[in-house]
Amino acid sequence: MKKSTYISLFVLTGVLIALGLIVPYWLSFLITVALSKGLVVLGLMLLMRAGMVSFGQGLYYCAGAYSVGAFSQYFKIDDILVLLLVAISVGGTVSAIVGLLLARYREIFFAMFSMAFSMILYGILVKSTSFGSSDGFNVISPTLFGWAPQLEGGPILPFITISLIVMIVSIMMYHYFNSPMGMAGEAIRENEIRVEYLGISVHRVIYYKYIMAAVLASIGGAMTAMTVGHIDPEMAYWTTSGEFVFITLMGGTAHVAAPFLGAVVFELMRSFAFQYSPYTWQMVLGIALLAIIIFLPKGLWSLKSKIIKGDQV
Amino acid sequence: MNLIIAIIVDGVIYSSWLFLIASGLTLIYGVMKILNMAHGSFYAIGAYSGASMIGLYFAGGHPPWASYFMLLAVSIVAGVVTGLLIERGLLRFMYGRDEVVMILVTYGVLLILEDVIKLLWGVDAYFAYQPYVLLGRSKIGGLSFANYDFLLIAVTAVIGYILWWSLNRTRNGKLLQAVIHDREIAGALGINVTRTFSITFVIGAFLGVLAGALTAPGISVTPGLGIEVIVLAFAVVVIGGMGSVGGAFVGALIVGLSRALSVHLFPEGELFVIYGVMGLVLAFRPQGLFAIAGARKI
Repeated sequence: MKKSTYISLFVLTGVLIALGLIVPYWLSFLITVALSKGLVVLGLMLLMRAGMVSFGQGLYYCAGAYSVGAFSQYFKIDDILVLLLVAISVGGTVSAIVGLLLARYREIFFAMFSMAFSMILYGILVKSTSFGSSDGFNVISPTLFGWAPQLEGGPILPFITISLIVMIVSIMMYHYFNSPMGMAGEAIRENEIRVEYLGISVHRVIYYKYIMAAVLASIGGAMTAMTVGHIDPEMAYWTTSGEFVFITLMGGTAHVAAPFLGAVVFELMRSFAFQYSPYTWQMVLGIALLAIIIFLPKGLWSLKSKIIKGDQV
Repeated sequence: MNLIIAIIVDGVIYSSWLFLIASGLTLIYGVMKILNMAHGSFYAIGAYSGASMIGLYFAGGHPPWASYFMLLAVSIVAGVVTGLLIERGLLRFMYGRDEVVMILVTYGVLLILEDVIKLLWGVDAYFAYQPYVLLGRSKIGGLSFANYDFLLIAVTAVIGYILWWSLNRTRNGKLLQAVIHDREIAGALGINVTRTFSITFVIGAFLGVLAGALTAPGISVTPGLGIEVIVLAFAVVVIGGMGSVGGAFVGALIVGLSRALSVHLFPEGELFVIYGVMGLVLAFRPQGLFAIAGARKI
């Protein structure tokens, strides 16, 4: 990454945060949730580059959210950094165990098996009364060392935090994708056995990718919980995971920023569809999904190269 | 003793219901390699059209016993229409794409159908209890069971037999098996693969719709019912081995009986048990119990 890219990224994040303080609260709220989901989608994109599609990322999304909710409730701690650390360690631990098994599977079996795991968590949460069963429970608004900036409409700390997290994670993932381990992903998608013959352990590469994706998803879940202020088992339901796969496809896998673009467009589209046609918003999403699969199989990000190519001609 | 009877009878009733749904899903996957997420919507369409037609039928004062045949007729019409519309109108343009992309295509179809159902039937619940009550109840060892559920088991057995017979004992069934085994070779040998696809999809859709229509009398038909059903069907199909009708039969029995065990002995674990069993089977047999071993591609 060039020095100028870093600087422009810092400036961009600064501008984003400044804009978040000016725009109406519903918009900054929507962007916070969208960027949180974008983190989950970034993890999915990481797996998808290696040719694997998880239909169970809701497992870690939900685990992150519930660990934040439970921890803040039982230990009376509302510091955002502590809560994020809790979510990361829970997501990391669970994925380190589950990943041992899942890293052996590919394609449709990986998709189905990961879905089974998230449905197990859903099944447990729906029946556990101490966590509020299917209603879930409320999560307190976080603070940073006791600091909790308020705007007209609601707290703004989650928005500032997610903007910074997205910046840091983007830089880290950019470097990861350009490292040998990161590039091994695409090689695995192309031909696993040849990668093995080159002396790289496919199992290990996929195992680490799986854990990374899980950690990203639990951060996303934790941030969603703290932003929305309410969590329920629906977060582990397969439709939530399906939505993440949808956003991944919509953004494309060509660039680190694509998942965030996809997530913001998706959330905007859903909000407007929900507002203007409350009975057919799912249909709008379904048609959009089909349209993207047919006309933009590489996602919204591919529009960029199409437009640039168009200029040259 | 009563507990054992209750578990076994409940388990078998639930298994037969699961098999009805899963058979269409597994058939479509076996032939077309499409894991059809919209199958739950087919089920919901069946439930809605069944329930609303029964309402009309009994309001018209026709002979009650014929309502069962009407359910079958409704399923055939709804299944053929939905199946043909989706296969001819959308899926045939997508053949040859990645399996995972096809999951997403059918996911899109599911989202669209969910709202189409709401537009056609509204969001209110439908009740069609008449065929359910008509048959009365009978007692086994002091426990009361609805006779309609036993009819469901019988219907499932007949459908399972017809499926097995037509796949293994008829010429078209054998052609279909050739397509399941290897699509390209089958095409090269002169089998019309595209037509096979259309027919399979329509039959699969019909089975999903039929499952819904037959379930409708026993439940209240509400929005979102297909979304719950499809993951259960996935569990059954994955346990049995995707694409195997016999596997779906065994998978349905495993899931049905373990759910009944859990409901009677440990009610909190109902959902957990189903997916726990699925995870356990996949951990030891990644391809499911009855899948044919595939060659490793280099």
